[in-house]
Amino acid sequence: MAVCIAVIAKENYPLYIRSIPAEHELKFHYTVHTSLDVVDEKVSAMGKALVDQRELYLGLLYPTEDYKVYGYVTNSKVKFVMVVDSSNTALRDNEIRSMFRKLHNSYTDVMCNPFYNPGDRIHSRAFDNMVTSMMVQVC
Amino acid sequence: MEGLTLSDAEQKYYSDLFSYCDIESTKKVASNGRVVELFRAAQLPNEVVLQIMELCGATRLGYFGRSQFYIALKLVAVAQSGLPLRVESINTVKDLPLPRFGASKNEQESRHTTSYSSDAENQGSYSGVIPPPPGRVQVKKGSVSHDTVQSRSSTEQQESISPVVSPQQSPPTSPHTWRKHNRHPSGGNNERPLAGPGPFWSPFTEAQTGSSAGDTMWSGHSPPPPQENWDQTTVRTVASATTANEIRRQSSSYDDPWKITDEQRQYYVNQFKTIQPDLNGFIPGSAAKEFFTKSKLPILELSHIWELSDFDKDGALTLDEFCAAFHLVVARKNGYDLPEKLPESLMPKLIDLEDSADVGDQSGEVGYSGSPAEAPPSKSPSMPSLNQTWPELNQSSEQWETFSERSSSSQTLTQFDSNIAPADPDTAIVHPVPIRMTPSKIHMQEMELKRTGSDHTNPTSPLLVKPPDLSEENKINSSVKFVSGNTVADGYSSSDSFTSDPEQIGNTVTRQRSHSGTSPDNTAPPPPPPRPHQSHSRSSSLDMNRTFTVTTGQQQAGVVAHPPAVPPRPQPSQAPGPHVHRPVDAEGLITHTSTSPQQIPEQPNFADFSQFEVFAASSVNEEHDDEAEKHPEVLQVEKSSEPSASLRVAKTDGRVEEKTAASAPANAGKGTTPLAPPPKPIRRRLKSEDELRPEVDEHSQKTGVLAAVLASQPSIPRSVGKDKKAIQASIRRNKETNTVLARLNSELQQQLKDVLEERISLEVQLEQLRPFSHL
Repeated sequence: MAVCIAVIAKENYPLYIRSIPAEHELKFHYTVHTSLDVVDEKVSAMGKALVDQRELYLGLLYPTEDYKVYGYVTNSKVKFVMVVDSSNTALRDNEIRSMFRKLHNSYTDVMCNPFYNPGDRIHSRAFDNMVTSMMVQVC
Repeated sequence: MEGLTLSDAEQKYYSDLFSYCDIESTKKVASNGRVVELFRAAQLPNEVVLQIMELCGATRLGYFGRSQFYIALKLVAVAQSGLPLRVESINTVKDLPLPRFGASKNEQESRHTTSYSSDAENQGSYSGVIPPPPGRVQVKKGSVSHDTVQSRSSTEQQESISPVVSPQQSPPTSPHTWRKHNRHPSGGNNERPLAGPGPFWSPFTEAQTGSSAGDTMWSGHSPPPPQENWDQTTVRTVASATTANEIRRQSSSYDDPWKITDEQRQYYVNQFKTIQPDLNGFIPGSAAKEFFTKSKLPILELSHIWELSDFDKDGALTLDEFCAAFHLVVARKNGYDLPEKLPESLMPKLIDLEDSADVGDQSGEVGYSGSPAEAPPSKSPSMPSLNQTWPELNQSSEQWETFSERSSSSQTLTQFDSNIAPADPDTAIVHPVPIRMTPSKIHMQEMELKRTGSDHTNPTSPLLVKPPDLSEENKINSSVKFVSGNTVADGYSSSDSFTSDPEQIGNTVTRQRSHSGTSPDNTAPPPPPPRPHQSHSRSSSLDMNRTFTVTTGQQQAGVVAHPPAVPPRPQPSQAPGPHVHRPVDAEGLITHTSTSPQQIPEQPNFADFSQFEVFAASSVNEEHDDEAEKHPEVLQVEKSSEPSASLRVAKTDGRVEEKTAASAPANAGKGTTPLAPPPKPIRRRLKSEDELRPEVDEHSQKTGVLAAVLASQPSIPRSVGKDKKAIQASIRRNKETNTVLARLNSELQQQLKDVLEERISLEVQLEQLRPFSHL
């Protein structure tokens, strides 16, 4: 049900970004880029001392009229940004959380692959499949 | 698969054909269209083809699994030999020639034969020691032995052999391979983006010269992808190990594309040892990365291989994982496309393979048959009795389990469910309500209520009453209820009752529903199975109602209503009358209490009415008027605008009167007590109640009782002018009411918790059923 999912590296460059439908890809790219500011703001707001206790799920970053942007940041400052369509009524918070959890799990699987160099773009097929499964429900 | 035994050549041939038909490269299902095409090409009459398909079970399954396909091929061979088609003939007929598929398949077959023979030639040329095997059958064996020989031999020797061999091979094989390429792209086999035969068979021929015999042998079966070209070029540059692997790989591919032969496995183990001497240890990711990078596969593919083979996702490879990874590397180098999921034969044996049935493989069909078998047992074990008697509750059996667990843990669950009990008169007698963690006394009360409600003549042991009750109402439930009743009554152990009660509640729920038609309910049809709690909540509420009615009618002095449930005493003359109606009342209560909201507002009714009763010494009419006055209030509170509300109120009045009468010690025979003011209205109310009861079905007596109880409170000031006894009676009634209300509250809370549990379980189920399946 997400329309766009992006994985941003610590240095704020995208490791993986995918959106459907394809024609709005640029728009979603831009949205994700702008949402990074909100992510940083939320992260810094929590304070440096609370890094350990900081919740990974950031919640709704900002809503627009068409869609909502959710954020999630890992302990290694890798950010997951998800754009969901606002018309998808009642995508509950815990559903978003579970989606992020799956994203995170897949990301760690990708990381575990010794052939993956951190900082490379993610080409893993399993990761692709998982992301596709999360985005397919867009009606 | 009926124990199909294939010779080696047949195995090879069939595997190739299956791969040919395996358009989607699932390694498990052969495309129906392609299979049919193939069979048509076998030049058999259509009836025979259909018969074959039926015999092999494809029509039964709806698709061509690998076993079905093999059986079908064997049957084609049988048919082509002119033998009658029988399932037994699959194994009994020996030395059956390979099935021949004419027309377009001629090339394939001829290619196969020639390739096989060429393989034999190659083998012969390779080893120089092993004479060319006489037939195809020998090819594999020869190759296997050859492989073993080669694996042991030096690298250079192999490499030198391959260039030597290849020129010989290329002339005879290239046409085959070319055709193969043509065939495969046209077949669209494997998800490779094959542009067309042109672009790759020319480089392929080039590469072929440099490639080892594996390439040509490869052409004999599964289609080499375009990447094979550079794969083969890289093959030469790869260490000998890889080359040896290739050759071995070819031999194994005939049987199962992903099965590891013994030599291969041994080789892999040796390689594992070079990295990690301990066979039970792990190869760290970095070491594995270096090792596999040597194979010169692209990092992306290596990454994918890693993803497939690192089954436990720990970043390290066990021996099994390493072998699987190595095997995949070899396969990839030989042109096999990497599967999306790990083939079952490569799965690390540490894992329960039955669960990994999702991996497409030959055992796919087995997996299918296995999984459904596993599913039902998993659901039923905890609820055997339930499932036996109530098949419709199977789906909710899991819920039951969870609920029973939860109910056992939640102590505050009150008889809320009882309030929601269906209007079935039978449900009133249902025991299961006590499932909740409510204190045993409530159970006792409920049991007694049921008992009293159903049979007032047996005030002693609830158990005694229950069986007859059950037999009266729900014979089917009787056994279950009896058990539950026993468990509840005997031990008053919440834990026991909780586990058994849910089942019974469910049973009773269904029963109640079944009997709902009998009772003159006004409530909606019984709730569906997924909401059993409500039903038994209803039953429990019924009990509660009965408690009230019983207490009031039987002048139990709140015995039944209070935790230390005392068997209801036989009622005085009033008893018979109320007795008769009590079941009806109970029914009415049940029906009425089908919705909890009704009960809550009913309580004020009780209060009102009880007040009325206590102080309604003046006249019945006055009291009736008062009641009537309070009726609107009650009605408003009740949110029920039924015209019979007044009747219900009156009814409740009667009940309240009964209750108040019961509370007062002197009320033992209120109908006959010397209390002048109260008895009169009570009597009248009883009468009216009797009249009303048959008319009104649903109105909960509990409501009436509560209303009466509540009514008694405001009337306290009035009682100042009344007898002291009346005051005391009112006090007692109030206390009783308090107790009742407290119990009601606990019940309601319990019901609430049940509903919440239900909700949680439903949410869990919903989550499971959502497309977001967890990884």
